[in-house]
Amino acid sequence: MQNPDQQFPWLSVDEEPIVRIQNISKVFGTVYAADDVNLDIHRGEFFSLLGASGCGKSTLLRILAGFETPTNGRVFIDGQDVTDVPPYERPVNMMFQSYALFPHMSVQDNIGFGLKQVHLPKSERLQRIDEMLALVQIEKLARRKPHQLSGGQKQRVALARALALHPKILLLDEPLGALDKKLREETQFELVNIQERLGITFIIVTHDQEEAMTMSSRIALMHEGRIEQVDPPRRLYEFPATRYAAAFIGQINLFQGHVISQQDDHVLVHSEDTSSNLMVRDSQPLAMNMEVTVAVRPEKLQVMANQDSDQPNRVSGNIVEIAYLGDVSIYHVQLASGKRIKFTQSNVQALAEQPLTWGQQVVLGWAYESCGVLTR
Amino acid sequence: MQLLYQRGRGLIVAIPWLWLALFFVLPFLFALKISLSEPQLAQPPYLDWIRDVDDGLVTIKINFYTYLLLLEDSLYVDALLSSLKVAAISTLLCVLIGYPMAYAIAKAPDNYRLPLLMLIILPFWTSFLIRVYAWVGILKNNGLLNQLLMGIGVIDQPLEILYTPTAIYIGIVYSYLPFLILPLYATLVRLDPILLEAAADLGCRPWKQFMSVTLPLSMPGLIAGSMLVFIPVMGEFVIPDLLGGPSTLMIGKLLWLEFFSNKDWPLASALAAVLLVVLIVPFLVMRHYESRAAQESE
Repeated sequence: MQNPDQQFPWLSVDEEPIVRIQNISKVFGTVYAADDVNLDIHRGEFFSLLGASGCGKSTLLRILAGFETPTNGRVFIDGQDVTDVPPYERPVNMMFQSYALFPHMSVQDNIGFGLKQVHLPKSERLQRIDEMLALVQIEKLARRKPHQLSGGQKQRVALARALALHPKILLLDEPLGALDKKLREETQFELVNIQERLGITFIIVTHDQEEAMTMSSRIALMHEGRIEQVDPPRRLYEFPATRYAAAFIGQINLFQGHVISQQDDHVLVHSEDTSSNLMVRDSQPLAMNMEVTVAVRPEKLQVMANQDSDQPNRVSGNIVEIAYLGDVSIYHVQLASGKRIKFTQSNVQALAEQPLTWGQQVVLGWAYESCGVLTR
Repeated sequence: MQLLYQRGRGLIVAIPWLWLALFFVLPFLFALKISLSEPQLAQPPYLDWIRDVDDGLVTIKINFYTYLLLLEDSLYVDALLSSLKVAAISTLLCVLIGYPMAYAIAKAPDNYRLPLLMLIILPFWTSFLIRVYAWVGILKNNGLLNQLLMGIGVIDQPLEILYTPTAIYIGIVYSYLPFLILPLYATLVRLDPILLEAAADLGCRPWKQFMSVTLPLSMPGLIAGSMLVFIPVMGEFVIPDLLGGPSTLMIGKLLWLEFFSNKDWPLASALAAVLLVVLIVPFLVMRHYESRAAQESE
């Protein structure tokens, strides 16, 4: 068992973060690409900046690399203020989305480019190049030129080139964006393995939530230049902090309502969407009658054999759509209020005896620990 | 259908070949033929080497003497070497002046680029001859330049520039600079700025970024532009004649003299043939780099 401080460095108070982003804003014309962003990233993390295009995640990465100067705020890397340090003097390296391989240089010259800039002796340089080629398993391509490589091979060269200088932090801008789906999935695990082996902090920009969920220790979800939520993938999925975060990651049912009572560990919300009371485990102080949203993931809903719908967290409606996806089926249910919700069921048996069908009335229920209250 | 398509393609490819054959190879063969004949005082001023002496008796008399003369008389070798020197120095000057200009235009904001390019192209709207003549007015002893320099008190005596090699270089660099800038600009503007960011990210300072990324990747444009200056300057006649004065020795001028003053067509043709052979070498160099660049840009 690992020391929990090592496993979750962001929970430790003493640990100095390797990257501290302090009140960073970046304005392009009148648009805030970054709007007062604060973020701490710790040693050895695989950290994702996730968001839709134009949310400011790439700008934040370029500020870390030194290609953009922030309009406001400071950037610290390993305790040092690097806000005004040019890119060629920062202890970070970047893997570019387009790979940006030098077309006039062979694979090994591309990988050795940074080593040459720091005047590493030739024998050491060649040794490091060999190590990098082995790390990304492209030993045989050392003498090729970039135009003789496939997309996947170029991606490996770009990764090896960015890692060759053993940076404190590796920045990856949509590193898998140009690969096809199958190669992307394989490469995700390989990236994680490489990161664990080298212990370098990875900061990755992606718009693909699945990619972020698979690889990251933590994810910062960005929206319109601001950070919506920073959490490990599991917390981000199970306990989204805002309506935007809830809707961005995966699928979710949102019920509008207002608080009618609150006890130590739970809140009772009356929802017009379900015309019933919903019970949510939550201990944040909420005002009476406050407008809130109750969020429940589709897989948390279960079909109730018991037709008693007076208990909290029970809704009933008719199945109107069924999407069979193989491993799971998604059912769309129309409630009496007209609201449509979704629930999923794993297809455990190949041929279930009494499968749910169109038009069927169902009562759905969920545990009060499996949903959340959103106020923003 | 397939056949028609192939024929159509063949036809289109044939047009430039036909053009080259009619207006380049054929005239050159004429010149080559003339260079192997003997000069005579007549019209035309050479003796054809295939002659119908009388009634079906044909004599062929090939005269290689002209080529020997080119080697023997140091005048021609000197002119060739002098032309090579002028062309090399002019090309170097054009590179030194033109590279920063092309670079600046390529890096300028989008809406400035077209006006700046127009400024480079604008002189072409006036006759070449008039522009070279204008330099006479600027450079002569009581010309604009000397008046200006004496007026502001930089010099007491007028500078003797006109009819010196300096005047030739000024004229050539002025006239040929656009030919260097345009292809170089086209290469530089296509250079992906991300590559410079990648170099900076890997610890490369701005000057080294230029030396290790921009310069090598702009080589195809630089070489094409240099050839576009070097090759025509080798045979340049108007600029040395107008600005260089009578003592200037350049192969283009010599060629003109042999054709029109001495009426020695065979000698002039031989000179032209030698010039072509000399110029084919840099052309092959250019071809080599072009095909390599084409490979690299995928």
